[in-house]
Amino acid sequence: MGMLRPMEYVGGKFLRWLDEAGELLLLFLQSALWLIRPPFRFRLLMKQMEFVGIGSLGVTILTGAFTGGVFALQSYHGFSLFGAESLVGSTVALALTRELGPVLTSLMVTGRAGSAMAAEVGTMRVTEQIDALYVMAVNPVQYLVVPRILASVAMLPVLTIIADFVGIVGAYVVGVGLLGINHGIFISKIIEYMDFSDISMGLVKAAFFGLILSLVGCFKGFYTSGGAEGVGRATTRAVVLGSVLILASDYVLTAIMF
Amino acid sequence: MSENGNIIELAGIYKAFGSQQVLKGINLGIPRGQTTVIIGRSGGGKSVMLKHMIGLIKPDQGQVLVDGGDIVRMSDHQLNEVRRRFGMLFQEAALFDSMTVVDNVAFPLREHTNLSEKQVREKVSEKLAMVGLPGVEHKMPSELSGGMRKRVGLARAIALEPEIILYDEPTTGLDPPLSAAINRLIADTQKKLGVTSVVISHDIEGAYQVGQNIAMLYQGKIIAQGTPDEIRDSPDEVVQQFIHGRAEGPIEVI
Ligand SMILES: Nc1ncnc2c1ncn2[C@@H]1O[C@H](COP(=O)(O)OP(=O)(O)O)[C@@H](O)[C@H]1O
Ligand SMILES: [Mg+2]
Repeated sequence: MGMLRPMEYVGGKFLRWLDEAGELLLLFLQSALWLIRPPFRFRLLMKQMEFVGIGSLGVTILTGAFTGGVFALQSYHGFSLFGAESLVGSTVALALTRELGPVLTSLMVTGRAGSAMAAEVGTMRVTEQIDALYVMAVNPVQYLVVPRILASVAMLPVLTIIADFVGIVGAYVVGVGLLGINHGIFISKIIEYMDFSDISMGLVKAAFFGLILSLVGCFKGFYTSGGAEGVGRATTRAVVLGSVLILASDYVLTAIMF
Repeated sequence: MSENGNIIELAGIYKAFGSQQVLKGINLGIPRGQTTVIIGRSGGGKSVMLKHMIGLIKPDQGQVLVDGGDIVRMSDHQLNEVRRRFGMLFQEAALFDSMTVVDNVAFPLREHTNLSEKQVREKVSEKLAMVGLPGVEHKMPSELSGGMRKRVGLARAIALEPEIILYDEPTTGLDPPLSAAINRLIADTQKKLGVTSVVISHDIEGAYQVGQNIAMLYQGKIIAQGTPDEIRDSPDEVVQQFIHGRAEGPIEVI
């Protein structure tokens, strides 16, 4: 004893990580398979859309508004050094639609809904409710996982577009209202520099992040063990892993798309 | 398959969790149309054994035959077909805690039958009355006592009138009159519908009442199996100690 074996430690970690990545991928494939098999569970889907979408509306609006506002304030300070205040609106709009809207919205929804998915599914695991589904010949992936993934993939773009819009309004309030940028210039520069593709690609990202946060939430829940403590652990890990994967895949998606 | 054959057969089942070897070569036949009671120490692997019978746990080694088909090696689709013939009461009931009592009991009916909502309601009320729980339809599981939850779980298990019912400790935690009522329900269901039942129980008197067959699980093996009379007269020291509830004997208690 005494000697730390760094290679062994790193190797072991890496193998466990690989194992987990494999299981996550498997759950994704199973979900895709069960998605196309009848029955289609419309009511469960609506319930999840309400939970993910309507339930995250408040936090999305707050995030969007303050992000847009503070971003306008910061960029105004920078741009005013060389008299480019007119670009504040378009800068904020581009950053929001391409990056901050989808990423921040998804991170907020991960904290709110991804964690709840892990907790709910995890509780069902440790109290044998998932076993009860199997016994009653109902596939739990179809019953629990598919509606959560579909709802998240559908609602994240909706939430993102709301965050984008509210963010630009926030920037307008700060830029035009507080800092005195000309109203016409603020708007016209946004229209001049922003393409439809900026918005649409941001929404594609959002849909992908929706897939990640729900898949990770369900995955951590589905493989929970160890009672209430295990559920707590699953919840925390779902948020951490979900957030990290969102940020990492954001880089990859950005590199591919833009 | 003969009328008196075994509907379920566990053959050479081994199961370990990590380094803990729970089942060490289980051989057990469950006779068709009868009630088999499984007794044994708590933590001895009874629930694990029961879960093997319905494919919730796969053995490390061995076969689980249901009507001659090995469910361990079945596809998900085939296994689902087999599971539809089963009902199961879990030890902690495993009710869906996001649903009311009605929705819990109605769940298998809505999933697997084409009954109208009205017919579903009637069936649910009928089953809840059978387990002695009228009037709790719209409560949530969290509002029920442990014994009530167990009975809702029982109602859910028998909702589809399955051929085979697995009961994991149906009377543990119930008061004596209620235990007697549930034992009678198990016995009646078996007589009326001719179902095969497997019951895990700690309640020896109840076991004698409901079981045509009793099997004892000890240290990962079935050490005795027979009619209540045969078990009562078993020469095995372990069986005698267990059924008489003695602290002294070959079973290490502490
Ligand atoms: N899914 C599991 N993972 C790990 N250990 C388990 C699992 N299920 C049961 N065990 C262990 O197997 C042993 C037998 O459990 P069980 O079958 O529940 O006993 P009982 O006879 O009281 O029903 C216990 O020690 C339990 O901790
Ligand atoms: Mg048990």
